[in-house]
Amino acid sequence: MLKIENLTSHYGRIQALHGVSLEVNEGELVALVGGNGAGKTTLLRTISGLQGASGGSVSFEGTDITEMAAERRVNLDIAQVPEGRQVFTALSVEDNIRLGAYTKSDKAEIAADMEKMYGRFPILKEKRNQAAGTLSGGQQQMLAMARALMSRPRLLLLDEPSMGLSPVLVMEIFSIVEELKEQGVTIFLVEQNATAALSIADRGYVMETGTISLTGTGEKLLNDETVKAAYLGI
Amino acid sequence: MSAEFLQFLFSGVTLGATYALVGLGFSIIYNASHVINFAQGEFVMMGGMGTVFFLGLGLPMPVAILAAIALTTLFGFGLERFAIAPARGASVVTLIIITIGASIVMRGLVQVVWGKEFHAIPSFSGDEPIMIGGATILPQSLWVLGVTVLLVLALRYFFEKTIMGKAIIATSLNRDAALLMGINVRLVLFISFGLSAALGAAAGILVAPITLTNFEAGIMLGLKGFCAAILGGLGNGMGAVAGGMIVGIAEAMGAGYWISEYKDAVAFILILLVLFFKPSGLFGKTGTERV
Ligand SMILES: Nc1ncnc2c1ncn2[C@@H]1O[C@H](COP(=O)(O)OP(=O)(O)O)[C@@H](O)[C@H]1O
Ligand SMILES: [Mg+2]
Repeated sequence: MLKIENLTSHYGRIQALHGVSLEVNEGELVALVGGNGAGKTTLLRTISGLQGASGGSVSFEGTDITEMAAERRVNLDIAQVPEGRQVFTALSVEDNIRLGAYTKSDKAEIAADMEKMYGRFPILKEKRNQAAGTLSGGQQQMLAMARALMSRPRLLLLDEPSMGLSPVLVMEIFSIVEELKEQGVTIFLVEQNATAALSIADRGYVMETGTISLTGTGEKLLNDETVKAAYLGI
Repeated sequence: MSAEFLQFLFSGVTLGATYALVGLGFSIIYNASHVINFAQGEFVMMGGMGTVFFLGLGLPMPVAILAAIALTTLFGFGLERFAIAPARGASVVTLIIITIGASIVMRGLVQVVWGKEFHAIPSFSGDEPIMIGGATILPQSLWVLGVTVLLVLALRYFFEKTIMGKAIIATSLNRDAALLMGINVRLVLFISFGLSAALGAAAGILVAPITLTNFEAGIMLGLKGFCAAILGGLGNGMGAVAGGMIVGIAEAMGAGYWISEYKDAVAFILILLVLFFKPSGLFGKTGTERV
């Protein structure tokens, strides 16, 4: 479904991605783990189009989208939950969710999807009229997910959804991720919390300084000695 | 309330409403791009001068007004498309300098094509002053106030109730997240420039029967509107409206009770005081960045 070949990306003269190649197949939950500064966020931003590629390619369902404008990729059913949530702080929770369906026009469908989100995240319903900036970190994460799901994505890119959350909330977020996978959403999950991510993933990639250093099934990576030493703290 | 005070107040709120519209124009573009558009005053001037031109062609007043607003809106779109968009990625300071350049070009164009003379637009519904509490108010002042109220309400509706309005606010709050929603942020910028130009033109047309207009009429109106926007907290739409009223009333009182030659100084004294004591503007920008 998603195929990345030899992708490079720069911030000015600083190269953040040094030829990344990977693949995510339809229906899979693929995890990308790696330390701080490895280039995970840069990779996700290049997939969603927020960050330009300087070489290589990103293709989605066989179409090269390397040069496609970010806002048009939403129409391909790609959605991203960005690092640090990035909710629209001054807008209400409801407006945030509604904007997730910006590319949709069927009013009844949008309303039904919003009700679905409120069913999945009841706390958002309770706070629907509050400014998103007043929510706690965990609530903002849920809002960012609800907002992304409103576009009915077939490929969901998640950037460190567990960042800064309590263990209970991390569990909750991960169970939602698994649930989405069961509903058929293809998921590319970026995490520093490697144990949690690899244990729910079909496959995983390990990223180091802008390249993929290791790949395999989630289980294999969890039991890999170098991964254990570097990322699992075992 | 003395009749004299009431008289100054009437002229203050009339001016204030005009500054409010100009200030709103600054806020809309600032929100969408963080650019302070120094061509905002020229949009105001172009509204007035455009109406003069179209009236001269023999068009009826309402048609001339709409044509002038349309022409100015085109200039707003053009400014974004041909001057701001190509400089994408440039610093905000560069973009601001581009708008200053654009303002000079627009003034020059109008001067060359339509001349340097002062022009009057006829009042919309006569010049018979209306007596209220011993003071008088011109029917045109009521037009200024009434249309301003309508425009402010329409803008509030647009930004709070429509998905396009919310998309513009979302873009101003977080450009990357807006792109992830599928919002075309370049289109948002384009629309914002057009909308600001239309608002500026409306202000210029409303006030032209009272103040006369020529190719330089936008300079002072632009600066006062800028003061209104700063006073209200740049980017805060309702703040700009309040800021406009404060500048207008202070100016009228200053001219009435103090020395009328210094009336233009009042706005700038106000702005210096605000920048000194409360740099984020009287109403800050906290919480709601909505217009
Ligand atoms: N906006 C930026 N400007 C310059 N360098 C950046 C920027 N964002 C990230 N980088 C650099 O790119 C590299 C990868 O960063 P990032 O993709 O955020 O890593 P990760 O998400 O894995 O922590 C790091 O060396 C980081 O310093
Ligand atoms: Mg990151």
